[in-house]
Amino acid sequence: MKKLGIKEVVAIGIGTALFIVLTEVQVPIGIPNTALQPRAALLAFMAAVFGPIVGGAIGLIGHALGDAVFYGSVWWSWVFPEAVLGIIVGVFAKKYAIKEGGFDKKAAVLFNVVQVIGNAVAWILVAPVLDILVYAEPANKVFIQGFFAFLGNIIITAILGTLIAFGYTKIGAKSSSLKKED
Amino acid sequence: MNGRILTYEEKDTWIHRLSGVSKLIFFMAWSITSMMTYDTRVLVVMLILSLVIFKVSRTEWRQISAVFKLITVFMLINLIAIFLFSPNQGTKIYGTETVLYHLFGNYAITTEQLFYEFNIMIKYFTIVPAVLMFLATTNPSEFAASLNRVGVSYNVGYALAIALRYVPDVQDDFHQIKNAQEARGIEMSRKASLMDRIKNVAAIIFPLIFSSMERIDVVSSAMELRGFGKNKKRTWYSGKALQRNDYLVIIGATVFMIVGLVITYYDGNRFYNPFL
Repeated sequence: MKKLGIKEVVAIGIGTALFIVLTEVQVPIGIPNTALQPRAALLAFMAAVFGPIVGGAIGLIGHALGDAVFYGSVWWSWVFPEAVLGIIVGVFAKKYAIKEGGFDKKAAVLFNVVQVIGNAVAWILVAPVLDILVYAEPANKVFIQGFFAFLGNIIITAILGTLIAFGYTKIGAKSSSLKKED
Repeated sequence: MNGRILTYEEKDTWIHRLSGVSKLIFFMAWSITSMMTYDTRVLVVMLILSLVIFKVSRTEWRQISAVFKLITVFMLINLIAIFLFSPNQGTKIYGTETVLYHLFGNYAITTEQLFYEFNIMIKYFTIVPAVLMFLATTNPSEFAASLNRVGVSYNVGYALAIALRYVPDVQDDFHQIKNAQEARGIEMSRKASLMDRIKNVAAIIFPLIFSSMERIDVVSSAMELRGFGKNKKRTWYSGKALQRNDYLVIIGATVFMIVGLVITYYDGNRFYNPFL
């Protein structure tokens, strides 16, 4: 495994703290017990900026600790998928070039394609399968649950995640914030 | 500000004095056992042990009452959902069917279903005390230091320490931004339409994320200037060596896990079946 650099160490730390704090922020959509979770968009964004190791670590530690401090319990079958999502989105970090100021429409499309695939793998595949293996819950229930989680996450990530990436690529990438004068 | 969130509270009990590492190992062994087993006998023993742990760690009810109520509500909804989606899951698992009361159509209350849902409930509950205990009795900086002491790379320990260290800071930022935006009149309740609600959440999250990205730059520059990561080792202020009690806890947790799993899988099946 590649050694962690200072930036990655700090990004995991503060990214995880952000993820935990955002656990509190939920956008209710009218269906009981279902809400859009902005922290999903944050995870996708952090993974897209810092890569798969940081993404996976924030997903794993953030979800486990976030559950623990807010709900007093850890649903492991939903913790691991979060890490899977962070890793999948993070694999293409170089392609999005968010930090370098290169996040354009093409990168945004790629980011969204990857996040949809990542969310599908995480919530329609890994989470329900783990629910069945670990808790022996009924298959139809967990797959429907997973599907709604998938739907909620791709919507919030497509909107918030993409906007954050556009915003950050403009102001965050200081080296390229100067425009060439014509 | 952070009334609902569970945090470390300093006390002087032997659980507090344990190294964070032994508590983590205990927590892991406990989680694995609770995930693998579906044996009612093992689960009930775990539940009873949990109450004992609560008692000796002198965790107070006010520390955990809020999260406890929340998790009970979640659990109830989950149990009802399971019944609605699959009223015969218990029969599928235990192989027999004892109808207690016929409701309508395919829905009947069976002893097997009740027993299965009871097992799910205690299975979820067994993990709660371990989590609460770990969070309420482990000092974050001691935990990071101790992790490094037992051979985990100090980068990993540091990432964890930073995460725990910055939760309150980020939370303060979050509440300040939220109050400021609410003072400007954004509506966070159900009165706003869905699209507006997302927009309003964005109004809070954008500044929060951007200021956090800046914080990542500042903190990592500061660490770089101080030569973080240059040497293979580093010293810690609050590191503790493992002591006799730590070894006892680690050995105890491991033995407990092995015994629990042996009892569970002894008859080749993770379910304890009282119906045969």
